Amino acid sequence: MSINWFKYSSPASFYSLAGKITPIFAFAAVILLVAGLYIGFFVAPTDFQQGEAYRIIFIHVPAAWMSMFLYVVMAFWAGIGLAFNTRLSSMFATAIAPTGAMFTFIALWTGALWGKPMWGTWWVWDARLTSELILLFLYIGFMSLQAAIDDPRRADKAGAIIALVGVVNIPIIYFSVQWWNTLHQGASVSVNQAPSMATTMLVGMLVMVFASWMYSIAVILKRTRVIILERESHTAWVAELQKKGTVQ
Amino acid sequence: MLMWIIKRDLLLAMRRQSDVFTILFFFIIVVSLFPLSVGPEMNMLRTMAPGVVWVAALLASMLSLGRMFSNDYVDGTLEQMLLSPQSLSLLVLGKALAHWLVTGIPLVLMAPILGIQYDLPIEALFVLTITLLLGTPVLSLIGAIGAALTLGLRGGGVLVSLLVLPLYIPVLIFGAGAVEANMAGVGYDAHLSLIGAFLLMSLVFAPWAAASSLRVSLE
Repeated sequence: MSINWFKYSSPASFYSLAGKITPIFAFAAVILLVAGLYIGFFVAPTDFQQGEAYRIIFIHVPAAWMSMFLYVVMAFWAGIGLAFNTRLSSMFATAIAPTGAMFTFIALWTGALWGKPMWGTWWVWDARLTSELILLFLYIGFMSLQAAIDDPRRADKAGAIIALVGVVNIPIIYFSVQWWNTLHQGASVSVNQAPSMATTMLVGMLVMVFASWMYSIAVILKRTRVIILERESHTAWVAELQKKGTVQ
Repeated sequence: MLMWIIKRDLLLAMRRQSDVFTILFFFIIVVSLFPLSVGPEMNMLRTMAPGVVWVAALLASMLSLGRMFSNDYVDGTLEQMLLSPQSLSLLVLGKALAHWLVTGIPLVLMAPILGIQYDLPIEALFVLTITLLLGTPVLSLIGAIGAALTLGLRGGGVLVSLLVLPLYIPVLIFGAGAVEANMAGVGYDAHLSLIGAFLLMSLVFAPWAAASSLRVSLE
């Protein structure tokens, strides 16, 4: 049986599909989050070098991974929306941005909390920290550009262009910052030599990574649904939903 | 076409010279504020100079971005340009180059004098000027994308800084880095090559991206 994927590129059918699958992902996110935190805080052994403070990686590393990954996904869907003029792709990209920015912020925040006991300072101008900060700026730029434009179609397209320009620039920025960092020799600590991890630590971290995945999918789907309702509020099918009282 | 648009924009800028001088004096004032805020200690100022001059150049170039398209947008010229059979990317390239000639070149010429205030050695002054000469066109080209995207938006001036400044970072790093490398007695060829690479890349891609942004903004 072949599935007609294009069926779900229509906001109306995507709306009902997303409504059905969002609870599944939300449920998986909660389960994985509880399991991951349990492994992270109770099962995983104390690190002999870093003590208990290392446990922050169970939140920090998944957040950092998601922050970078979500930007690429956002730019991808924004680009699809720009190229094929599909409304849903652009709405999806818009829905991804706040989650990505949140993960970037969490990664920076938890990184600072980890840096204080480990390096004795909240912040070093390390290449990774700096590029993560710039990534936050890129997210903020994307969101504020879209927020400043009243016409949703123009907002979609303008956001898509800035997201794509950002994606092209990310490797350039990353390598510039890395080279700048090695030139200055400022930070005496390096994040690059990560010690090998015990298996339970790795398992705990991977479970948390999956939890962040599930969380992101659930939240982004939910947000896409809200955006669809907002933009399609003039259409007949939304009016029908309202009549039935099934708009959540 | 390219020549025509550059000539036209330069002529318009000449008719309104005060705009050009405002940007230049902004640049001078920002650079002069730093010694007042951190103290006149010459050794410290010398190490800070490349960064300060570059950041000020970034801000000055960015502040003037609003004017790149907005006047033509307001009086409807831009719409006519979009309708013309000429390539829009070429037009954007012309406008970005005109922007660079009007704002970038004065900054480049002024930079050595400001460098002297910071007690930079002669060779470092030379490197600073060269990096600004290579780097400021990149700022105008990347800025064209931001200016085109924020065309006609409320609060466009602040918004353009959010969009454009993160993208300026590589140029800033290598521009200021080249001068610092020279002062540290290390070769700066690699920095110059990289800025040159940024320039070539933005010459090819930025007009195209800015042209599509203009189409989005004027739809």
